[in-house]
Parts: sequence; structure tokens; C-alpha cells
Amino acid sequence: MIQGIQQVGLYVRDQDEALVFYVDKLGFRVHTDVRNGDYRWLTVQHPDQPSFQLGLFTPGPPVHDEATAQTLRAVVAKGAMPPLVLDVADCRAAYERMRTLGVEFTQEPVSRYGNVDAGFRDPSGNGWKMIESRR
Amino acid sequence: MKVDPAGQDPELLRRLLRAKDRMDAASHEDWSIRRLARVSHVSEAHFARSFRQAFGVPPHRYLLTRRIERATALLRDSDRPITEIAFDTGWQSLGTFGRTFRDVTGESPSALRARAQAATNELGRVPACIVSAAHRPDLTIAVSEKRRRGADGKNKASTQEVRR
Repeated sequence: MIQGIQQVGLYVRDQDEALVFYVDKLGFRVHTDVRNGDYRWLTVQHPDQPSFQLGLFTPGPPVHDEATAQTLRAVVAKGAMPPLVLDVADCRAAYERMRTLGVEFTQEPVSRYGNVDAGFRDPSGNGWKMIESRR
Repeated sequence: MKVDPAGQDPELLRRLLRAKDRMDAASHEDWSIRRLARVSHVSEAHFARSFRQAFGVPPHRYLLTRRIERATALLRDSDRPITEIAFDTGWQSLGTFGRTFRDVTGESPSALRARAQAATNELGRVPACIVSAAHRPDLTIAVSEKRRRGADGKNKASTQEVRR
């Protein structure tokens, strides 16, 4: 077996909205979508990376009290969560495709030291960098 | 600053973030409160206060830190003339740029360039877009206040600069 990181989670404001964003706009696939009452365990996967899951979770009960949930929602909406990085083969092509789909870009593709990077946010406010590395 | 214990509405914060993102993307442009308020779908009267409450710094001071950050990167990573960098990062005059840069960072643009280019680049493994943020000036007080304190502390004959 391969050892390593299996899953990292993000907080999102709405799981339905996040699912549409990560699946329909970024091209991820749903790995797990299980409900138990109000609780929903939702993870998605990059199609080229079957060993890694990205969890899309909403702050709130039963995991958080309301004050904590409110703080977490505010932190995400302010864009204060750490940067996420997506590797792509062609940054400019991905930018054009995603922009057409209505992805909110914060930075157009820029060449730096042979790499090309762009920036976008998910609907909740999580910030992504999209990087095409020099091969 | 008064902070509402219930906190700001996340939906408002998300819209304020959009204004911050727009300044990040084009810090050289003019960002009037009217323009920023429109991006956030907030009234002009509420924008500055809401922004400050959300991000801990008034919008125009935030813009200033981004301009200084970008100028710093250009001074460090390019050989472009300082005048060109000043105009490209949103200043109307070289004098204002030089004075503000010194007030904020504590050194002149040319001194920073000399020092930064001599230092080895240990941040080579961090994505360049993220490295830039690590060099953002931490401007917790207004530049005018910083200028005043500097003049008081130094006890020099530069006091004619203070009252402007």
C-alpha cells in the first residue's frame, strides 16, 4: 500500500453549491456523499489523483457550536484560510475554460520564472492558485 | 475600533473580499471608495467601516501595502528604473513614492534594492505568487502617524515634513 495523506478538508458555506463548483466547474468527481440527519460527509477527488480526497464540509452542529461555526464561516468568507494549489498542464487553457464556466478569478495567468500561475476562489471564499510548472 | 460580538455577516464578508481581491489584482489602479463599494454591493457610507472591521485595516491603507509590496518585488526581481516602478505601481510622482516607501519600510527604494539583490534567495521553493505576500508590509498605523513618530523619535531638523 501507499502511505500518505488521504484527505484534507475545506470549509464551505453550502455543500450543494460547493459540489457544483468542484465537480461541474473544476472537473473533480464525487468520492463520498453520505448523510446522517443534517450531517453530510462529502468528499471529491481530482480525476488524476485517486489516492487523495478533498473534503467539503460546512461548519456547524454536531461538530461545532453556533459561535464557533459563525467564526469559521467568517474566516472562510474573508479568504483567510491557507492557499490551495492546483497543478495544471496548461494554465491559460484551464483559465479560459473555467472563466467561461463562471469561475471567479482573482488573478489572470501570469508567467513567472517559466511557470504560469493564475488565482481563483471557490464560491465560499477559499483561494486557489493554479500553477503550470516548467516541465 | 468597535467590534460587533456577533461578528459580520459571512455573506457581506464574501462581498468585501471581492473588493480586496480586486485591489490585489490591480493595485496600481485608482480605487475610490465609490468603486470599491460598487464591487461589494455595499453603500459608500458603510464600505470603509465594514472593510476595516473585516480586515483590520482601512481600504486605502490596505491598497498602500499592496503597492509597496509590489514595488518591493519589482525592485528586488528586476533591473527596471525606480521611476518606472513608481509609476507602474500607482504613484503619481517619484517624490511621493520615495517618501512613502521610506516611511513604510524604513529604507529608500534604492537601498532596499541593493540589500535585497545581495541577499540569497531562500524562498525559491515557495510559489512566487505566495512569496510576494510574505514581503507585504505590516502597516498597522497610518503612514502620517508613522511619519510623525519617526520624526519625534529622531529629534532631527526634519520637522517641516511633519505638518503637511
